[in-house]
Amino acid sequence: MRRIIEIAAVVICFVLQCTFFQAVSFAGIVPNLLIIITSCAGFIGGKRDGMITGFCGGILVDIFYGSLIGPNALIFMYIGYINGFGNRVFYPEDVKFPMVFIALSDISCLFLQYFFGFLFRARLDLGFYFTHIMIPEIIYTMVVTIIIYMPVRSLVNRIYVKRREVQ
Amino acid sequence: MARVRLKRKRYVIPEKYVLVILTVLCVGFMVLTYTTDIVSSLLSGIAGYTIIPFQNGLTEIGSGINGRMEDLKEVKTVLSENEALKSKVAELEQKNNELTADRYELSGLRELFQLNMEYPDYEKIGARVTGKDPGNWYSVFVVDKGTSDGVGVDMNVIAGAGLVGIVTKVGPNWAQVRSIIDDSSNVSGMVLSTADNLMVMGNLQSMQKGDIDFSQLSDSDGNVAVGDKVVTSDISDRYLPGISIGYISSIKTDPNNLTKSGKITPLVDFEHLDVVLIITRTKETADETDN
Repeated sequence: MRRIIEIAAVVICFVLQCTFFQAVSFAGIVPNLLIIITSCAGFIGGKRDGMITGFCGGILVDIFYGSLIGPNALIFMYIGYINGFGNRVFYPEDVKFPMVFIALSDISCLFLQYFFGFLFRARLDLGFYFTHIMIPEIIYTMVVTIIIYMPVRSLVNRIYVKRREVQ
Repeated sequence: MARVRLKRKRYVIPEKYVLVILTVLCVGFMVLTYTTDIVSSLLSGIAGYTIIPFQNGLTEIGSGINGRMEDLKEVKTVLSENEALKSKVAELEQKNNELTADRYELSGLRELFQLNMEYPDYEKIGARVTGKDPGNWYSVFVVDKGTSDGVGVDMNVIAGAGLVGIVTKVGPNWAQVRSIIDDSSNVSGMVLSTADNLMVMGNLQSMQKGDIDFSQLSDSDGNVAVGDKVVTSDISDRYLPGISIGYISSIKTDPNNLTKSGKITPLVDFEHLDVVLIITRTKETADETDN
C-alpha cells in the first residue's frame, strides 16, 4: 500500500512538473518537485523508501526526457538513500529540517547533473550556471516546499502512523 | 536492531543490497541504451501507456481553460477585425491574381534549376506539445504523436516559420523532441544568400537571451552580414535541406582568422510552443525517393 502511494505520488509530481509547473515557471525556471518527493520519502520513510521513490522518479525523467536511461535514476536514487539517514533525527513538527535537507538534495542533484551533463562537454562557466540555473531553481523549490509540505506531511503521517500501529 | 526485526518478520533484502542492485540496473540500462534499442523501446512503450494519458489530459485541461478565456477576449476584436478583413480580401484577390502569374514563372524557373528547396511539399503531421523537460538544463519536450501515427526517430520538427528540432526518441503514443536551442544540439546550416556552411549549436547561456550560437562559418570574402537568413544545409545528414532556422544577429571573426562565429535569432518562439508540425520524411528516406 505504501509503495503504491509513493509511486503514485512520484507519477503525479512528474506529470505536474512537466505540464503545470512549466506554465507557471519564472524566467524558464521550474521547481524540482521530484527532489522534494524523493527527499521527503527518504527522511520520513527511510532509506528504502527514498531509494525506490528516487529511482522511479529518475527513470521517468530518463525515459521521457533523457537521451540515456539511467543517469537521473542513479542520481535521484542515491539522493533518496542518503536522505534516509535523516530518518533517525527527523520529527515531523519541525519544518526547518526538511527545508535544509531538500535544499541540500536539490543542490547536490544540480551539481551532479552539471558535472555529468555539462562539464564533460567542456561547458566550464560554472559561475553562470550557478547564478542562472541552480540558485533560481533552489529558491523556487524552497517556496514550493513551504507550500506543499504541510499537506504532504499530514498525508504521509496518516499512512506511516497506521503502519506503526499495525506493527 | 534491524537484524532483530528481520528475524521476526519475513526476510527482506537489506537496503544496501537493494541499492547495489539498483545501481547495477541503472548502469546496465545506460550501457544498453547506449549500445542497443531494446531497453529504450520497451520502457518507452510501458511508460507511454501509463504516463502519457495523464499528461495529455492535464495539458488538455490547461489549454482548455486558457482557450475559453481567450475566446471571450477574442470575440470583441474579431468583430471589428471582420470589417477590416473584408475590404482586405478584395484587395488581396487582386494581388493573388498577379502572384499566380508570377508563380507560374517561378515554378518554371525552379524546374530549370532543379531546386528542391521548398518545404511545403514535405508531408507533415501536426502534434501538440504535452510536456516539457522537468529540469532546467535541457530544452527537450514531448509531443502526443508516436510510432502509431507514423512518427520516427530523426524526423524534423517545425513550427510556423522555422525549424524547432528533431525527434530523438519515440514511444507508441509519444515522441521526444530535442529543440535546436538545446545545449547538446548541433545543426549543419548554411547562409541562404551566400551558400556558406556553418554549424548551428544550441547553448544554454545564449538560450537565456533567446539566441542560438553558430560557428565554423568560412566566409573569406566577408559577404555574410548581420540579418542574413540561415537555413538547414544540404550536407546535413539528419536535417532536410532548406528549412529556415533564423537570422544572424551578430557575427565576429574567430581568433584563428579563418572562420567566423556569432549568434542567430531563431524564427520560432521556443517559450510558447504549443503545436508543432512533424515532417514525416527523414533525410534518409527523402534521399532514397529522390534517387
